[in-house]
Amino acid sequence: MSWLPANWSTRIYALLLLVLALAPFIFTWIGQPFYLDLLSRALILAIAVISLNLILGFGGMVSLGHAAYIGIGAYSVGIPSYYDYYNGWLHLALALTVSAVFALVTGAISLRTRGVYFIMITMAFSQMVYFTFLSLEEYGADDGLVIYSRSEFPEFISMEGATGLYYWIFALLLASLYFVHRLVHARFGRVIVGSKYNEQRMQALGFNTYRYRLVCYVISAMMCSLAGMLLGNFTSFISPDMIGWARSGELIFMVIIGGVGTLFGPLVGTIAFVVLEEALSAITIYWHLIFGIMLVALVLYGKGGIHGWLSLLDRKEEDRG
Amino acid sequence: MDWNLLISQLMNGLQLGLLLFLLASGLTLIFGIMDFINLSHGSFYMIGAYFCGTVVAYTGSFVLGVLIGLVGVFIVGALVEWFIARKLYREDHLDHVLVTFGLILIFDTLVHLLWGASGIAIPLPDVLNGQITLGNLVVPTYRLLIIVAGLLVAAILYILVAKTRLGMLIRAGASNRTMVEALGININRLFLFVFALGAAMAGLAGMLIAPITEASIGMGNDIIIVAFVVVIIGGIGSVKGAFYAAMILGLIDTLSRSYLDALLGLAMPSEYSETAAPALSAMLIYILMAAVLAFRPQGLFPPAGAK
Amino acid sequence: MADHLLRVTSLHKHFGGIAATDDVNLSVEQGRIHAIIGPNGAGKTTLIAQLSGQIRPDSGDIEFGGHSIVNYSTARRARAGLARSFQITSVVMPMTLLENVMLAVQGTGSHSFRFWAPVKHDTALKDAAMASLAEVGLDDRAGRIAANVSHGEQRQLEVAMALAMKPRMLLLDEPMAGMGKEEGSAMVEILNRLKGSITILLVEHDMDAVFSLADRLSVLVNGHIIATDSVENIRGNNEVQRAYLGDGYA
Repeated sequence: MSWLPANWSTRIYALLLLVLALAPFIFTWIGQPFYLDLLSRALILAIAVISLNLILGFGGMVSLGHAAYIGIGAYSVGIPSYYDYYNGWLHLALALTVSAVFALVTGAISLRTRGVYFIMITMAFSQMVYFTFLSLEEYGADDGLVIYSRSEFPEFISMEGATGLYYWIFALLLASLYFVHRLVHARFGRVIVGSKYNEQRMQALGFNTYRYRLVCYVISAMMCSLAGMLLGNFTSFISPDMIGWARSGELIFMVIIGGVGTLFGPLVGTIAFVVLEEALSAITIYWHLIFGIMLVALVLYGKGGIHGWLSLLDRKEEDRG
Repeated sequence: MDWNLLISQLMNGLQLGLLLFLLASGLTLIFGIMDFINLSHGSFYMIGAYFCGTVVAYTGSFVLGVLIGLVGVFIVGALVEWFIARKLYREDHLDHVLVTFGLILIFDTLVHLLWGASGIAIPLPDVLNGQITLGNLVVPTYRLLIIVAGLLVAAILYILVAKTRLGMLIRAGASNRTMVEALGININRLFLFVFALGAAMAGLAGMLIAPITEASIGMGNDIIIVAFVVVIIGGIGSVKGAFYAAMILGLIDTLSRSYLDALLGLAMPSEYSETAAPALSAMLIYILMAAVLAFRPQGLFPPAGAK
Repeated sequence: MADHLLRVTSLHKHFGGIAATDDVNLSVEQGRIHAIIGPNGAGKTTLIAQLSGQIRPDSGDIEFGGHSIVNYSTARRARAGLARSFQITSVVMPMTLLENVMLAVQGTGSHSFRFWAPVKHDTALKDAAMASLAEVGLDDRAGRIAANVSHGEQRQLEVAMALAMKPRMLLLDEPMAGMGKEEGSAMVEILNRLKGSITILLVEHDMDAVFSLADRLSVLVNGHIIATDSVENIRGNNEVQRAYLGDGYA
């Protein structure tokens, strides 16, 4: 059985994917179809968190403004729909283009800065997006925007139906995971990871690290806007609230609890966050308090996240032959 | 040209600028000296408003509300520094972001728990509720008070930072913390004081604005970003920079909201200028920040000898 | 007359009121090992930083292979063939030795905007990296994580990475730093083997190493080069002795 992954953590992740693949059937069987909604939302967020982990976990770029791209993706569905343009390809093209351009421009400026400046400038740019959407009276501003129908991809796929949508989300999730996996292990990814740990060294080796990071940032933004587009399809109501910096903070939180810079970390982190949020809010309306305390405690006392704990079950970080 | 509008907008701009200054000055000092990002600084703004409001509800005195509120926020700030911030000074900035984000959640919910979901209105004594006539101008008394109070605090802070020994230590710490430590100064006490002082000033800003806007949960969370922008534009660690940047931003933000669509209307048809103007005026301060970072990344007035 | 691969002309750098680099003139012949020595605080680090592109000089020129590179970024200089190793070990700690050197091969190769093919299947990259590791004797430990190997091995890794860049010239900033006797002599051997094929500018404190390796020596004192000559002549130079040992020893 040498093809079986040797590590416990890998086994657990494989099992997780299996469970996710069978989720609609499991939920119907236990009579709780509502959970599918919850899981759909979690998986959509997971794609966004995977994109954030790409720049933050693997690349060391701490962006406190990634929620802006979710917003761009969602409004790329919302605004055309407002004018009765339901063509999914249009939505997709709009989401990817706008997010890419915005990421290119803001990234070009932000990535000239380091550390805390970078954090704040990304936060500021996302506030800019937030206020922009807030000021667009036409599209609901504060009150939000109702989307009456899902993106249409005629003759190709249907986004209708909860289960159908779930499997599209799941497929895109798998695609995202695979994409990031390949990216990180390819030449490009090695440069990004190397730059996280020792940028000076990477420059001395001949890499224009700024350019690589900018490209990585744009890729991440586009992936995140894809999640936003899915969100716009999944919920029928979007509002600028999904863009605030507090949302970006939650995304970082999900990266952290899952385990920074790991492949599956974002997935487990997001699921854990969403489940926790759901469970805690059922217990008390003050669940944010518990969250806040957990966050503080996590940072002060427990590094590595869920992946860190799981990999304690693995053999120690070994030299690879 | 509507002079009354212009004057009142200028005053609003001044008022906003001074409030931003109160928030940003603490932030820039904490940032500059302890290298600590405090996202929850806006929570002190909120707590100040709530403390003041509660005292006013019990005693009817706005002055008492402010005084006791200030002491209260100072203490809360000191506690946060003692139990949490202090442990993180040498850690990654990401850790600061996460912890203070958690603090925001904690403070917002605690306020919800203790005071309920709807905010507190803070009624002003009659003497402050009226208007004052200055020559040809009629100005709401309370706004004038805010401006005067803000300028007063700015002046006191200036004297503290520029003319006292404590201020010298603060300035030295902002540009070279290791040196201050090497001088044998009790750095912990200095940090505690700076943190608590910053918190108190944020709280003061909250108290001053609350009679106009009401004390509400999470009221500090959006304005704190603007305060960070002020800090970046002014120069991290520089109180003087924070002052000028705050005034500039306050005026630009206020004036652009009133006049930008008229300005744009000169160049384009009104349907466009009417939608573009609010969006553009919202973006203006961020565009300014981007410009400063592009051309003068250390800020407009960086502390002397900053590394 | 041999080609001068590196030519530094009238380099100046001030920090506040202090001249860290004071009218430095230097030229290094192709294929030679040229060493820079000098007492502590002489400005060797600042000089290397300017040569590698970390710091911009206030005035003066740096010519490499006939081109003025004084306005090139660090990365661009590396790609032009000027590689450096760091005095304080600067490698990518969480990666293996092999992964580190593979990055070095990548950096001066064609662009790295390849998003799909896993690097561990890239035999060209791997072979080139292993070759460089072999040159410093680390090929049997290629799979070990950089953070887990000894200090001396990390210094060797630095050199391997610099070599993997296939440079025309190496800037070695105290390669012997923190090494014990055995490791030090191993390093000297490696560098000796490179003589003639690569041009080297070496900054070192370890005098035995310097005297056995260098073709020419420059002595840097207070930011200024007080003498450039062959090893024997420098050894006999009174001014140099005074600079190192103080007055009273001349």
